[in-house]
Amino acid sequence: MEKTKELQNIESQFKTFQILNEEGEIVNKKAMPKLKDEELKELMTRMVYTRIWDQRAISLNRQGRLGFYAPVAGQEASMLGSHFALEKQDWILPGYRDIPQIVFHGVPLEQAFLWSRGHYQGGQMPEGVNVLMPQIIIGAQIIQNAGVAMGLKRKKKDAVAITYTGDGGASQGDFYEGLNFAGAYNSPAIFVVQNNRFAISVPVEKQSAAKTIAQKAVAAGIHGVQVDGMDVLAVYVATKEARERGLAGNGPTLIETLTYRYGPHTMAGDDPTRYRTSELDDEWEKKDPLVRFRKFLEGKNLWSEEEENKVVEQAKEDIKEAIKKADSAPKQKVTDLIGFMGEELPHNLKEQMEEYKEKESK
Amino acid sequence: MAQMTMIQAITDAMRNELKNNEDVLVFGEDVGQNGGVFRATEGLQKEFGEDRVFDTPLAESGIGGLAIGLGLTGFRPVMEIQFFGFVFEVFDSVAAQMARMRYRSGGVYHSPVTIRSPFGGGVKTPELHADSLEGLMAQTPGLKVVIPSTPYDAKGLLISAIRDNDPVVFLEHMKLYRSFREEVPEEEYTIPLGKADIKREGKDISIITYGAMVHSSLKAAEELAKEGIEAEVIDLQTVSPLDIETIIDSVEKTNRAIVVQEAQKQAGVSAHVVAEINERAILSLEAPVLRVTAPDTIFPFASAEDAWLPSYKDIAEKAKQVINF
Repeated sequence: MEKTKELQNIESQFKTFQILNEEGEIVNKKAMPKLKDEELKELMTRMVYTRIWDQRAISLNRQGRLGFYAPVAGQEASMLGSHFALEKQDWILPGYRDIPQIVFHGVPLEQAFLWSRGHYQGGQMPEGVNVLMPQIIIGAQIIQNAGVAMGLKRKKKDAVAITYTGDGGASQGDFYEGLNFAGAYNSPAIFVVQNNRFAISVPVEKQSAAKTIAQKAVAAGIHGVQVDGMDVLAVYVATKEARERGLAGNGPTLIETLTYRYGPHTMAGDDPTRYRTSELDDEWEKKDPLVRFRKFLEGKNLWSEEEENKVVEQAKEDIKEAIKKADSAPKQKVTDLIGFMGEELPHNLKEQMEEYKEKESK
Repeated sequence: MAQMTMIQAITDAMRNELKNNEDVLVFGEDVGQNGGVFRATEGLQKEFGEDRVFDTPLAESGIGGLAIGLGLTGFRPVMEIQFFGFVFEVFDSVAAQMARMRYRSGGVYHSPVTIRSPFGGGVKTPELHADSLEGLMAQTPGLKVVIPSTPYDAKGLLISAIRDNDPVVFLEHMKLYRSFREEVPEEEYTIPLGKADIKREGKDISIITYGAMVHSSLKAAEELAKEGIEAEVIDLQTVSPLDIETIIDSVEKTNRAIVVQEAQKQAGVSAHVVAEINERAILSLEAPVLRVTAPDTIFPFASAEDAWLPSYKDIAEKAKQVINF
């Protein structure tokens, strides 16, 4: 397709924002965030922890001990860099892959495992943890994000609403409606599209004629930025700016993070070799967010093998503990489920409650 | 007391709740300055300001998402879907999101949303404005579905709907908006959701219905009375959940029943009412429970509406068929 000058002009403005290159060298000194050494180490800690957790989750899934799981390896910088820019009072509307962000926002690990297993306690977010249940319908969380952000602004909360989807999610009508509503009401919303290049199997090139997903912000009249999603510092800075923009009353932001999922779409039988080449996998693994950030930290004498091993051991220990706790969750009863159907139960459910109480007492 | 049309009673209910609770927000397409395409929100933006009563972009799915998000942050949204045929555009938000909020969160979150929407045949609208889609809603666990038939009922039911902490679909029959006035108290009152109302007492047959068909059924009952048949007309008011008690008490008294709906026949509210009667009162019946419905086509082209919609004559005839069984 030949694109007009006007269109080329717009598309050429969406350059990938990067701070650290693949070698862990600072390529954009001006943009370097003012993070303390401890904070930089915390970012690395979270990424290492999540990589180990992902490996354990895959193996637990294969043993039949986890249930539904969407692997995250490769996307750590995109997920955790953006989350690191948030405050406790901010709301997260995650997609089903965005479990690391909600766990670091305060959802206990065992609860994430219960959600994977399909247990109602997996959705019972703790008091004060502003997180929605991971969304299954691609795009539904995007319009809700516009609503939560509007509500936070109207209640004069010093908080933003952030939602996550993938490159496929940006093709949904709800994606555009969410951006457009948040723009029309000038709400403090952040929309993160983790462009991992494949919506299950369909490559991003087949999703749209748009050169970038970030440029879709232009149509909604809101700010859009494309970020190197393998660069945790760039993702952090872009999200922090988006947060400040929203709180200052300057509207929502669309952030496209260029990233890659190393594993399958989910553990339910997806085989990436059907749609990805090993050359492409290799190309992206060279950009690995952990490798890059590790080099950066080692250059500053902030990270060592011992420290990394400590995190690895801690992660393994926590997961073991969390699985144990998840195993001790009560067996679900139909009467539990009926109880969640409304503040007051209508006659049909009241009758069915009695019926199932009787059944369950046997 | 004031004489009000149903649309005025609906506006009055929203005004009451906007006054009563500052977290109530009214929004949708054209509901602001324009006061809604049927004037249901006439004057409300002027009275309560743009922060409380506001226009949305023209996108039903977005309106649904907005309502869910506002509900999560402490508001009590009253969203309007301009015509209920447009609900397909927002079906995910309604059926897959707000209806499941309490369940999905194990009781932690809820969606206190009221979805107001005009529907109903007889006013010759373009396609997808008038369809009776309450059956789809009634089959969705987690939703209440309310359909008033009079101005008085509309006010009391809408106030209850807005105060409900779970999502309520509140369907307003377009033909009833301005078809008649009745006395409606200016002060607030509520009519409980899930309760039917006996609009006419009778001993010979129960006519179980809702919406505009309440009026056709009352007219049929008058015709039947001329022939010495005393029909009891039950207005369901809420089609989900059903008021089983009122239905069964009536059927046990009359031993005969028909169920009348404007919607198509297959798999709808009337079929469910028949099933409930069969399960709970079959030994009281002297005849099968029959239905008066529209045929199972798509809602008709405007000029064919009169031929397609059930009429009071159809109802009277079906009632006699049951009486003479």
